[in-house]
Amino acid sequence: MTAPNMPFLDVRDLEVRFPTDDGVVHAVDGLSFTLQRGKTLGIVGESGSGKTVTGLSLLGLHDPRRTQISGQIWLEGTDLLTLGESELNEMRGEKIAMIFQDPLTALSPFYTIGNQIAEGYRRHAGGSKAAARKRAVDLLGRVGIPQPDRRVDNYPHEFSGGMRQRAMIAMALSNNPSLLVADEPTTALDVTVQAQILDLLADLQSEFNSAIILVTHDLGVISQVADDVLVMYAGRCVEKGDVRALLSRPQMPYTWGLLSSIPRLNSDVDVPLVPVRGAPPSLIDLPSGCPFQPRCDHSWRVAADRCRTERPVLRPSGVPGGGLACHLDEETRNRIVDEDLLPLWEGSRS
Amino acid sequence: MLRFVVRRLITSVLILAVVSAVTFFLFFVVPGDPARLSCGKICTNEKLAEIHHNLGIDRPLVVQYGDYMKGIVVGRDIIETGDKVHCDAPCFGYSFVNHQPVWETFLDRFPATLSLALGAALLFLLGGVSLGLVSAIYRGRAFDKVAIGLSLTGASLQIYFIGIVARAFFVDKLQWLPQPGYTPLTEDPGQWFAGLLLPWIILAFVSAALYARLSRASMIEALQEDFVRTGRARGLSARSIYLKHAGRAAISPVVTVFGLDLAGLLGGAIITESVFSIQGVGRLAITSVFASDLPMIMATVLLAAVVIVTANLIVDIAYALIDPRVRIS
Ligand SMILES: Nc1ncnc2c1ncn2[C@@H]1O[C@H](COP(=O)(O)OP(=O)(O)O)[C@@H](O)[C@H]1O
Ligand code: SF4
Ligand SMILES: [Mg+2]
Repeated sequence: MTAPNMPFLDVRDLEVRFPTDDGVVHAVDGLSFTLQRGKTLGIVGESGSGKTVTGLSLLGLHDPRRTQISGQIWLEGTDLLTLGESELNEMRGEKIAMIFQDPLTALSPFYTIGNQIAEGYRRHAGGSKAAARKRAVDLLGRVGIPQPDRRVDNYPHEFSGGMRQRAMIAMALSNNPSLLVADEPTTALDVTVQAQILDLLADLQSEFNSAIILVTHDLGVISQVADDVLVMYAGRCVEKGDVRALLSRPQMPYTWGLLSSIPRLNSDVDVPLVPVRGAPPSLIDLPSGCPFQPRCDHSWRVAADRCRTERPVLRPSGVPGGGLACHLDEETRNRIVDEDLLPLWEGSRS
Repeated sequence: MLRFVVRRLITSVLILAVVSAVTFFLFFVVPGDPARLSCGKICTNEKLAEIHHNLGIDRPLVVQYGDYMKGIVVGRDIIETGDKVHCDAPCFGYSFVNHQPVWETFLDRFPATLSLALGAALLFLLGGVSLGLVSAIYRGRAFDKVAIGLSLTGASLQIYFIGIVARAFFVDKLQWLPQPGYTPLTEDPGQWFAGLLLPWIILAFVSAALYARLSRASMIEALQEDFVRTGRARGLSARSIYLKHAGRAAISPVVTVFGLDLAGLLGGAIITESVFSIQGVGRLAITSVFASDLPMIMATVLLAAVVIVTANLIVDIAYALIDPRVRIS
């Protein structure tokens, strides 16, 4: 049983590597985080930073013959990495569920929505086909599909993008999972539908008290729904903390770059969108220093070229539960935030 | 679905009409006088003219075509060796060589070819596709490697080589198998099966290789589909993942290729029939060509087209049954 102060999910020093012909890809490189039930952790980072690989690890979906995984993934006192395939398979879809990014390809084109929802439901809950179908209709209604008793017999290609994502969510929720990994659930959708889907997730979370990991490359989405944020860069956590604290006073250059690249919808000034300049490093031969150094505007402020020679480790930041991996000292960071960044961001917010 | 089938049926009939017209005009426009073929050694001008008239080829081509098609649909009267006879539908005329109704000869030969082709197709589809699917699941392991080796061997063999070798070895030397040949199923089912066994195996082995490689490749691709990953993320059983989800996606390309491959299957039948001395349509076609037996050639070409178009119709319907997206568009 879970001890009272033990986190529901406790990931420790997770490493995921893929040996390939070109070398070993270090997709996740020493990631640690915790999550309580009823809370949402936002994982944010550019494409290729290891977010999906992290999510797939939680469900044990990496092919063991092509992947090296180490570390620990404690879920209610069990280390998932020590479980065998059949034990894991019992948990998948039942205790841990995943919502995938592109619902068009993530749903099978060959079976009706109802058939697909019902199949996963029956796999864990058992019962008759008729009961599973009824469950599918209920779930579709629950996620806001109109006329669910008719729509249940539609194929995915007969649904719109937003409806497919709702169906995908219905599918993931069919067995009331206690941990839900949502991998960019709104990326393919327009802003209105995106907001509806995020509301839906929040509603369902308060109803079932599930823990949600919301993976995205969009800090705007994070700010709407997450309790905590983890910023990933090149397979590592570079900054984490409470969502309000982190978004109002981000602590390190990569997060600064991400925040400056969010479009602000209701801004009266027309601020151009600045993506973080440069490209992420190859995950095969990572630099020995800070992986962000080639793209960093501030490494010159750190003495003795430490940014290029020494890898910054994740250390506590000022706020409770917060952490950051950067060599800049606190005083310099505060000065940059107060004098350069906040005035810039204030100016662009309504 | 019903609308889809009706639409495809109409297209099939149109295709057949075009094929028949093209074939007809090609055969009757080519240089050479078909009348000479049935005229015999002592051929006077009067006799030739009479044959022209009897064959009806002194009339405009379009009228002749209309007559030919009418014969197929409702039957017609024909002057055969001097006498006027009624040729019942479907009438493809009389052979120039043995003066038998073409349709009867065809009916006599067709069951042998059909037995050969269907039996072999069943074998190579079942064998090839299951071999391919299983080796995709065990990709890179021992089973897969043996299967790849086997299908490479199969693909590089030719029927007339392996057929003759297998016949000499299994039939003549070891006497494990009876002499290949065709006995009508209605006459003696045991004989029918025994005589076709070796031709089936040989024809299937050569084609199974293609289907094994094709279905292996398409299963490997299907296993990488996002929806297969979704299935695994929901804890579905291996059986459901492989058969229900990945298998269904893997099978569509196989069905398509099978549809395209049917003409090849009939072509293969010609060789197989010759190697195993089976009196089928394939051999009939060859002898007719050598004997310049025009009505016979014409009928084989047309009927082959009917078989291919019908089989393609079945394949298309199967495809629509497999993939719901096809039904809509
Ligand atoms: N099975 C795999 N084999 C090799 N490399 C992989 C595999 N899966 C992911 N990667 C690599 O790992 C890195 C992280 O990928 P991913 O987690 O998908 O990024 P994202 O943050 O965009 O979700 C990428 O560079 C990707 O190319
Ligand atoms: S450690 Fe240096 S290079 Fe890395 S983010 Fe901080 S300042 Fe930039
Ligand atoms: Mg991703």
